[in-house]
Formats: sequence, structure tokens, C-alpha cells
Amino acid sequence: MTRLTKLMATTAASMLVAGAAAAADCPVKVGVLHSLSGTMAISETTLKDTMLMLIDQQNKAGGILGCQIEPVVVDPASDWPLFAEKARELLTVHEVDVIFGNWTSVSRKSVLPVIEELNGLLFYPVQYEGEESSKNVFYTGAAPNQQAIPAVDYFLEELGIERFALLGTDYVYPRTTNNILEQYLQDKGIASEDIFVNYTPFGHSDWATIVSDVVALGEGGKQVGVISTINGDANIGFYKELAAAGVSADDLPVVAFSVGEEELSGLDTANLVGHLAAWNYFQSAETDANAEFIDAWKEFAGAERVTNDPMEAHYIGFNMWVNAATAAGSTDVDAVRTAMYGQEFPNLTGGTAVMLPNHHLAKPVLIGEIQADGQFDIISQTTEVPGDAWTDFLPESAVLKSDWKELGCGMYNTETKTCVQLTSNY
Amino acid sequence: MQRSFLAQNPSVMWFLAALGLFTVVVTLLAEGTGSSVISTSFVKTLGKVLCLCLIAIAMDVVWGYCGILSLGHFAFFGIGGYSVGMWLMYARTEAIVETSMASSVIPPTPGEVQDAIAAQIFGVVGASEFPAIWMFSHSLVLQLLMVVLVPGVLALVFGWLAFRSRVTGVYLSILTQAMTLALSLYLLQNDSGLRGNNGLSGLQNIPGFDHLPQSTVSIVFFWASAVALGAGYLLFARVLSGKMGSVIRAVRDDEVRVRFLGYHVESYKLFVFTLTAIVAGIAGALYYPQAGIINPTEVAPIASIYLAVWVAIGGRGRLYGSVIGAAFVSLLASWFTGGGAPNINLGFYTIQWTEWWLVLLGASFVAVTLFFPGGIGSLFDRLKGEAK
Amino acid sequence: MLRIFSLVIALAWLPFAVSAQELQTLLQSHRDVIIKPSRKSVGPVLDTLVASGLPTVPGFLEAWQDKSIYLRAEDDLFYVGTTGGAGLVLLDVETGAEVVAGIGKKDAKQIKPNGGVRREIGSALVAFQLSDPDIARRTQALDALARALDPAQLGPLVASIDGEPDAALKARKQKLANYLQARFGETPTIRVAAIQNLSSDLSVEGRAVLSQILETTTLVAQELPDGTNVASILTPGEGGLARDVAYQMLVDDHDLPARVGPADIRRALEANLDGGTVGGVPVAQLDSDDMRLRAYDALVTEGAVPARVDAEAMDAAFADWGFYTVYVESDPTITEAAETAQASVKTRVGLSQTADIGMDAISLASIYFLAAIGLAVTFGVMGVINMAHGEFIMMGAYTGYVVQQIVPDYTLSLIVALPLAFAVTFGAGVAMERLVIRWLYHRPLETLLATFGISIALQQLAKNIFGTQARPLTSPGWLDGAWVINDVIQISYIRIAIFVLALAFLCLLLFILKRTRLGLEVRAVTQNPRMAASMGINPEKIKILTFGLGSGIAGIAGVAIGLYAKVTSEMGADYIVQSFMTVVVGGVGNVWGTLAGATMIGGFQKGVEWLNPSNTLAAQTYMILFIILFIQFRPKGIVALKGRAAGD
Repeated sequence: MTRLTKLMATTAASMLVAGAAAAADCPVKVGVLHSLSGTMAISETTLKDTMLMLIDQQNKAGGILGCQIEPVVVDPASDWPLFAEKARELLTVHEVDVIFGNWTSVSRKSVLPVIEELNGLLFYPVQYEGEESSKNVFYTGAAPNQQAIPAVDYFLEELGIERFALLGTDYVYPRTTNNILEQYLQDKGIASEDIFVNYTPFGHSDWATIVSDVVALGEGGKQVGVISTINGDANIGFYKELAAAGVSADDLPVVAFSVGEEELSGLDTANLVGHLAAWNYFQSAETDANAEFIDAWKEFAGAERVTNDPMEAHYIGFNMWVNAATAAGSTDVDAVRTAMYGQEFPNLTGGTAVMLPNHHLAKPVLIGEIQADGQFDIISQTTEVPGDAWTDFLPESAVLKSDWKELGCGMYNTETKTCVQLTSNY
Repeated sequence: MQRSFLAQNPSVMWFLAALGLFTVVVTLLAEGTGSSVISTSFVKTLGKVLCLCLIAIAMDVVWGYCGILSLGHFAFFGIGGYSVGMWLMYARTEAIVETSMASSVIPPTPGEVQDAIAAQIFGVVGASEFPAIWMFSHSLVLQLLMVVLVPGVLALVFGWLAFRSRVTGVYLSILTQAMTLALSLYLLQNDSGLRGNNGLSGLQNIPGFDHLPQSTVSIVFFWASAVALGAGYLLFARVLSGKMGSVIRAVRDDEVRVRFLGYHVESYKLFVFTLTAIVAGIAGALYYPQAGIINPTEVAPIASIYLAVWVAIGGRGRLYGSVIGAAFVSLLASWFTGGGAPNINLGFYTIQWTEWWLVLLGASFVAVTLFFPGGIGSLFDRLKGEAK
Repeated sequence: MLRIFSLVIALAWLPFAVSAQELQTLLQSHRDVIIKPSRKSVGPVLDTLVASGLPTVPGFLEAWQDKSIYLRAEDDLFYVGTTGGAGLVLLDVETGAEVVAGIGKKDAKQIKPNGGVRREIGSALVAFQLSDPDIARRTQALDALARALDPAQLGPLVASIDGEPDAALKARKQKLANYLQARFGETPTIRVAAIQNLSSDLSVEGRAVLSQILETTTLVAQELPDGTNVASILTPGEGGLARDVAYQMLVDDHDLPARVGPADIRRALEANLDGGTVGGVPVAQLDSDDMRLRAYDALVTEGAVPARVDAEAMDAAFADWGFYTVYVESDPTITEAAETAQASVKTRVGLSQTADIGMDAISLASIYFLAAIGLAVTFGVMGVINMAHGEFIMMGAYTGYVVQQIVPDYTLSLIVALPLAFAVTFGAGVAMERLVIRWLYHRPLETLLATFGISIALQQLAKNIFGTQARPLTSPGWLDGAWVINDVIQISYIRIAIFVLALAFLCLLLFILKRTRLGLEVRAVTQNPRMAASMGINPEKIKILTFGLGSGIAGIAGVAIGLYAKVTSEMGADYIVQSFMTVVVGGVGNVWGTLAGATMIGGFQKGVEWLNPSNTLAAQTYMILFIILFIQFRPKGIVALKGRAAGD
């Protein structure tokens, strides 16, 4: 590998006069690490298709650095150890310049040690629980302060919710998010007995008891709201039970962080009108860029397909990477990383996303109400919120800061003024 | 004695020779030794396959020789992995924490170090204290003991209860399946203290091996796995030869008759069940540092069913058969899912193997059970037969 | 309140207030709030609108609430918009006359008030809608009123009761009036009477009213002020009040010295470094808590840092201060009445909740039973392990989905789907029996493997055909909603339907097995195939029929399960292990056993969930452990067959 790099460097140097086009060896390879089979294929296949579409578009527009882009698609099959294996394969065997991939937190944690060891570059497009910062990962999805906190603020301010039910699937994202939210709510003066927390297994379908427990929370004489971090298929049973119990969104609003256009397509939404979801993107956003993106997607993948938030994250991430590599004149990981800081790219929902030194984006937060046609009606849109790797609402992480540009550290303790570690915690 | 045993069982010698040759060849071709024909990720894959072969032998002994179709042996495999994983995580985090705290003005107290390690390990899953189950995680020796003890004791208790109540056949299979399901559900809970769905990760970074590149580490583990497989093979071959082996096989063929002959069937079954569980635990302890991550889905019931399928395809009642089955199917799986297999264009439809591979696999189980009850291993018998 | 007062005036002025463009002008003067309303800012605007007394205001408010107010880009005026076949049609806010039709989305901006604002608008509309001839509007008004009890609306509400033609609405109005009386009645006597009415009210709304009356705050005081209505006296360290928390309250509100924690000590020591020592202790030795405390105490003696607050100091503070929970309501007669009413309600609610959990358990049991009943036939009666049973459930559900794509009417499609699902899975079962299982009757463990192979192949096929995304299977309208027994006990119709279906299958199977020729032959073949054959029974035919029956039932179960939960390629896998356990726990070879198994598993799981409501996963874990233990002690299941049928 070193030999190859050297060779590459010499070739590049000798051909420098010929222009920037020679700075990368053609074709530029982009790894796509999304599960195409297994439980996560539901969500991740869409992202694989999105990447193929984006790469295709870029190639039609002339590629990058004078090269065509070649996607390398592998299937980690929703098997977490396999993610690490495939990531290593992408970086060492296929020698890709960048990887776009992963959905679940556990798959990301599986890949992290490999990416850091081999100094790869990963763009992670899904909203996640934060509390992590890797030098080799750009997080284009939402951190908790870009989704959960604004949604809770909306509950508190706009809906006047005084009692909260935090329902989630039992895994790391809901656990951490709910921990943060619990602390945040208590800071906002909500008593701990007014916060009801429940965790259910993946794919849970027996929701009757939980729904009636939540309805009974209203007996305290306070307005009740549900914050749902329920994942995937389990939502279907949950919303069906909610509808059967005759709970209207006016009496008991539910805001979900994992329910998007894609998930709603498995449901009849007539009974769910008015329930909420918080994302950085909705298909119903009315901008020209979005209309163009949706058209391109439908043409590429089929007329009945919908777009969703992680797709926008890949859209922004990929375009930023292209721009950064163009700016750096190379696809070398370190050069691209330096060029990434401060990269700007227009969001599909309007406004501009900016890449921050903590590897997160500044993005607007949108809250949408479910409509009968399975789309969301955007009723609230904030200005751009900078993503925060370490939450300010948990005492252990409030003192931590991530700044790869100035401090060169992703886990910097501002109290002791030391860098806790350079690798990420996995 | 040793010589006569090997002489009596030429297949053991053949196997060990083949394993040794394979190990040496892979090592010489590996990236870690400089020749770079085999990439590090493939060395890891091969190392993991060896561990899977080891648990497949254990499965073969318990099922193919003793007639107990256990659909829960991956639970023991997982426990082995978790046991060693706890130490790996603790030790790695301790090193990080100590380095970062060394620069502080006032030397840290042991309590502060503990808290910082806990915050690092559990901060990811939204907790910050060490659960009681991590009591021994600071000690490699104790955790290695747990690799052997926990699966052993669990198998002993479970087996004792089940065999004592004369739960047999299909019922026992379902019961063992329930056991592994219960374990995976337990591990999935965040409250159980083993990081829930996230499991233990970063296990490929071995404390003390920090200065070595992964290409070397992978070879070390590859060797360890090969040695374990060889030792396991030898151990089981010994157990299965002689009178004890005959009794075990007899239990498979007619349990009631063996009991009438005055043997304490339950003890034999319990011995086999526990021994194979321990070997499964050891296989797991070697597997997960190569895989890098262990989490509850690893012990889900489906994993143990796959194990039975490997053994069935490889050929039950032949130790080498199970090795072939495990190696063949798992490597084939990675070839197909890795996009290695070319797509087949039928004109009206293109068969993409990432989508169709499981259909093929399922159909081949059916075919093997229907037409090849002896599995791949039986081909060797035929060859032998023809040679004569 | 102002709104109501102004409404009265407005109504009085009605004939004079009609004038063109007045509403538009008014709206324009509050343009910013109307375009981007917030729950907190919209109140005054609503007040002004209502106070204007314009007859078009209620219509406008309803439209606003409906998200059908548009701001036209061209003239920057507000319009009511309707979307029909011809695109967006804008109507004048005053006259309702059509202004322009078929314009694009860009030409007019839709105003989207959020849920909180819509609720405020609803409250403002209550007064207009209470006596509206349209029953939907009246219901809406009462819903809005129930969501935000406003004392000002008591008068209009009471006034509207007599004229209410609909009996149900009238009762609801009386109930709401009673709530308002209980909270805001003029005299204590009225309130106490109203509160006493609530002692048999199980509804969440009624319980909420009591809780609101009984709202308490925590008070820390050296001496209780006069007229305080004390609910209870708290002792730090006991009950719900931890010592740390109690002391922190004193620190926050009454300026007592703060406690010094380990982190504070560490910071203080770092700040007071003096060469290589702190407080006389060398830095290198500060790696234990004892030494740190010694150093800190030395600093205290120097006067460099504040003293630590130890347990004694806290005790002294607690002796000095009292901790109370105090009712917000100052009148003790009212809180006493409310306490009595609440105690009575709580007992009733507790009883009802137990009944509710019991019904949930029965419902869960019926779902398990339905999923397992096909297995009770194939595994229980024939002894064939069919790991693909779950996939038959899935096939049934997908059949339902496909039928729904073709037949749009949900009721009709369900009627078509049920027999079709049976037919499809019956066929699949027969095919599987003929092609695979019949070769393996003497090798049961291998049946397990072969059918497992079929299971993963079918699952993947479903993924290839239908995609990985969950597919909608929608129940017909008459199965929506829930059967409400009282305000606590309710169960959704779809669950009742599943229960009925399970019951029907139980009876059907019992009938077939016990009362028909086929049943007799099935039992004969399973007990002794050779003997049965010599009696003129064709065992092959019986096996085919039995296997087909078991599989067909799984297909119907699939439709039912798909209706209540989800249709995915993996739905079968969710039920397979559970189903096998249901059959094994119940006792193989007996349909009653399966029923008993399902009841026990469902009941046990709900029981654990009830004890530990925040962790459903734990309930499942304990349930499986329980099953494992249960089988150890009753290996033959609950309903064990005896004699020859047991097969020993």
C-alpha cells in the first residue's frame, strides 16, 4: 500500500504541471457501506440508492478532479461485526477514498476502530445520540440538540406540555436521548414524577397496556405529551393502538424522532393526523432544490418512492465532500478533512448547512405534522442549529468539547484543559 | 498411547496435518508477514472461520455423536466472547484514562479512575457506573476463568435440570432455543449492565499489543484459533474413541436400551453437554477479539440454528465433516454477500446474489437433508469406498 | 373573561357591525402574529378578533384552525382557501365569494397554526359553538372546553345545557359544568357538592380535575404562615425527600452554606497549590480521599476555603427548618372533600385497571394462541416440527395486503382475504408436506432443519417480492376504535376480533378432531399409522389434510396479526419461538393444552409488565426463564396426555 501511495505521489508530482486533474488516481472510489439484507435493509437500501444516484449525477457533471467516481457497494447484511470487516475490506482491498454508510449506532461503533486505525473517512447520515467524536467521521445527521431538544422545546413552549412520556426501543439511541431529555426537562422545572419512561424491544407489537398507561398519565391534571424514540416496525403497532384508543393528537400529541416518510408508508395515516415528527428535512419542504431532488429521485428509483432525512444528509455530505476534495485538489483523507471545515452547502429545506470543526453540521430543525397522505406538514422551522457532539445537559459531558480544527481533539475536557483521548469512545 | 491413538484414528492425523499446512500457508501469504497476497481482513475472516469450526465440532459431538440437538450452543459461544470482551474493554479504557489523567495537577484517587473508566465505557449507553457484573473485569486471569466457568456452570445446571426431567428430542431443542433467546433478551436490556444492544466494541484493539499493527495481531489470533481448533479436535477425538465414545454413540442410537444396560445415561449426556459448552465458550473468546464487536444479536436463536445447519451440511457424526461444513458455508456466505458472486442475467430478471443468496442457502438445506443426509463429509466415505 | 364579555357586546352590536373589509383590515393590523402564530402570542389577537364582534370572525377562526387561511402574494391579503379538483381556490374572508381559482402553491402562502395555537383558537371558538345547530361544532366546542377549563365559560355552558337536544352531549355538558363548578365554583358549598359528584367519575378528565384541586407545592419555612393548608409534613431522609435534596433546598432558598463535594474539594486543592504541597500535604500523596480531606481541612483552618457541611451540621439545619407540602388551594374543606373523592376514585380506578390488565392478558393470550394454533395441529397432533410456520403466518398477511391492493373496500377485501389466505397457505402446506416432510417422518430433528431452510428461503423471497419496507394492512372502519366499558377499561375492536377468531378456531378444531370422521382418522393415524392403514384409512391423505389444515389456519392468523400489528417479511420470525413454546408448555397433542399454554404465557407476561411497567423487555426475559423452569418440572406441559397417546 505504501508503495502504491508513493507511486501515486510521484505520478501526481510529475504531472502537477498538467493540472489539478492528476492529483487523484482515476477512478476515484467511493465506498457505500449500507446493509442490503437483514433487518436494517429496510432503511439502508434507500441510502445505497441515494448514493448511487448522487454519484451518477456527479459523474454526469464531470466527476471529481477530472476523474469519474466509481461506487464500491458492499453488503454488511445488518450484521454488526461484518460492518467492521467490510469497512476494512473497503479501505485496504478496494482502497476507497471515502465511505458513506451505516445507520445504527452499533454498526458505527463497530466500524469506528477500523476507520481510525486505517485513517479512513466516513460520512454518517443518520440522527444519533451524540456523545462521540471521531477524527475520521463526519456526522451529517442530527445530534440530540438538533432534533430532540428543539422538539421538546416545541412541546414546552408551543403545546404547553407539562407531563412527558418518553417511549423508546431499548437500545442506545433512545437510552441516551432520553437520558439527556430527562435531565433537560428537570432543568426546565418538570418534576421527575412527571416523566414516565418506558423501553420496549425491537419490533414490539403489543402496545395496549403501554398506551393505556400513557393515557392514564392525564389524571394528574397536566397536559401530557409523548416523545417517541420507538424504532422501525414497532411504530406501526404503536400508532395503530393509539388510533384504536381514540387518542387524538390534540389531547395527547406524539413527537417521533425515528418516524419519517419511509416508515409512514407502512401505515394508514388517516388516524394519525396531527401527530408530530422532528427532523432536519421533510419531503414536503417547498424549495426549488428539494423539488429538483425529489424529481431526480423518483426518476432514479421509481415514482412511488419517498425522500427522507438521512437521504438529505447524504446529499449534503456527498456534495460537501466533492467540494472539499476539489478545494484540496486531492482525495487524500487529511487534506479533505482540513478542507471540510467551514464547507457550506445549501440545504434542501432552505438555508445553508455549514460543517463545523466538531464534524457536525449546522442545520435547521423542522417539526412536521402527519397528514392523511403520509406526508408531513411543516409547522415549525428554526434557524440553523449547530450540532453539538457532547451534550450540555449531562454533567459528565457538559465539560467536554470537540474541536478538531483548533484543538485537534474530539474529547477535550474544558475543565482540566486536557484532551481525554484522540481516538473516539466505542 | 498417544501414538496408538493417532494410529487408530488416521483421520485425526490427516486433519491436524492439513490444519498445520493451512496455517503455515496462510501465514506466509498474509499481509502481516509482508507478502500481502492475503489481506488482513481476510486473515481475520479465516481466523474467525477457524473459531466457527471449533464450535461446529462441539456441536457435532453433542448432536452428531450424542444425539442432543442443542439449538443453544451459540449462547455459550457468546458468553465466552462477553467474558473476554469485558476485560478487553476495561483494560483498553483504563490505559486511555490513565494517560489522560496523568497530566492532571493532583494525582487521581482510585475512585476517580474507576469513575472515569465507567464514564468512558458506559457513557455511550447513557450510564456512568460499573454494574456488579463487571466486578472482575480488571483481571485478565479471572475473566479468562469466566470464559470456561460460566458456560460450564450454565450448561451443567441447565443440562442437569433438563436431563433429570428426561426432556429429550425436539423438546430439548426448543428448550435450548429458549435458553439462548432468554440470554439474548437479557443482554439486550440496558439494565443488565453489558451495554445493551451496543454490546462490547473495539475488541480488536488488544491492550499490550498497542504497538503492533492489526496485520500482525490478526496473525497472532489466527494462530491461536488454529491451535485451539487442533487441540479441540484432538480432545474430542480422544473422548469419542474407546468405551466412552461407544456409550455416547449408543445413547444417540437408543437411549432407553443404554439405560437398561446399567449406564447412567444422564451423566454421559451431562458430561458431553458441559464439555462442548466449555469448548464453545473458548471458541467465542477467540472469535470476538477478531470480529471486534460482540452484541446480543450474536446469541439470537438464529445463530445456533445456523450452527446446526453447518454441521448438517458438513456431515454429522464426522468431526472433520463439521469443520468442512462450517468453513464451507460461512466462507460461501461471505463470498455471496460480499458481492463476489457474479449476477445472473435471465433476460427478464437479473438475479442479484445479495438478494437471492439466502433463498439458495435455504433450498440447499432442504436438498442436503433430503438427498445428502451424510452431508459433504459423506463424499469422503464414498471416495474411500471407491478407492477400495 | 374579556373574550366572553366582548362577545356579549358584539352580539348586541351585530346589526351595526357589518361592513365590508373590516375583518381584512383587522387581520392586517395583526398580520405578523396571524402569519406566524405562537401559543403565547396569539391570545391578545384572539381577544381583539372576538371583541371586534364581526360576524365573520367565527368563520375565519374555524378556517384558520383548519389551516385553510392563505396569504396571497400578489396583494398580501388574507383569503380562505379550498383545495379541490381545480387546484387552490381562494375565497374572500368577508363574503366567502370566490376570488380566484386554480392558482399555484407559490402564489399564496398557506398559514399553518401549530397544535398549541389551534387549541387556543378552539377555546376562543367555544362561546360561538356551544349552541351551534351543527352537532359537530358543539362537540368540538366541548372538546376544546375540556382541554382547557376556563372559568369564564361556566356561564355560557350552563346556559346552553337546557337547549341541548342531543342526550349524550347534554350529559357531557353537565359533566363539564360540574368540573368547572368543582374548580371555580363561587362558594365552597357549591364546590364541595361538585367535588362529591366526582367521587364516582373514573374518567381521566375527572381525575385530572381532582388532581388540579389537590395540587401541592413544597414549602420550607421556620414558621408556617397563617392560613396555610398543609397536606403533609416531610422529614428529610424519609419518604420521598432525600437529605441531600432537602439540604439543597435550604441552600438554594435560604442561603445556607453549600455542601462541598469531591469535585469541589479537588478544585479547591488545585487552586490552593503551594509549591509541592497543599495544606501541608505533598501533592503526590493526594491520591486518596482521606488525604484530600485532610488537606482540605487544613485549608479550612487557614481560612482559605469554606468549611465542609457534615452530617451534624445538616441535622442542625433540619432541626431549625420545617419541610411541608402545602395545597395550593387554601380552603381545607375543599381539599378534604377532594381527598375523600380522590380516595374513592383511586380504589375504583385500581379495580378497573386490574380488570384492564386482565383483558390485555386475555388479548395477548389470544394472539399467542392464534399464532400457535396451526402449530398445535402440525406439531401437536402430527409431531412435525415446522419451522416455516411463522412464514405461513407471513404469507397469510401478505395475501391480505395483496387483496387490499386489488379490492379497495376494506370490509370486502377482508372477506376475500380470509379464505384466500387459508387457500394459499393450505396449498403451501400441502406442497411442503408432499415435497419435503413426508420423506422425513422418521427423522423429526431433520424436519426441523429442512423446514428451517424453507423458512429462510421464504422470508428472503418475500423480501425480494414485496421489498423490505413494512406494508400496510388496514382494518375496515368498523374494526377501528375500542370497546369502552368504562373510562379505564377499554379494548380495541381489532383485539376483540382476534379473540373471537381464536375462539372460533378453538371450537372448529375441537369439533373437527373430536366429532368428525376426519378427526377420528387423524387421531388414529397419529397414534398408530400402520394399524390405521390396516383399518382402511389412507394415512397419506390424512397427513396431507392435517398439515394443510394447520398451515391454512396459520394463514388466517397471519391476516389477523397483520391487521393488528404489521406486515413485514420478518413478522413470522417474531412468533415462531413463542408459538413453539406455547405448544410445548401447554402440552403436545392437545388443543386445550395450547389454549392453556397461551393463557399462561400471556398472563405471566402481563403480570410481570404490571409489576415493572417501564421495561417490557424484562417481562419477556422473565417469561422465557419461567417457561424453561416450567418445562423442567412438567416436561409434558400443562395438559399432559396419558397412556398410549403420550407416545412413550
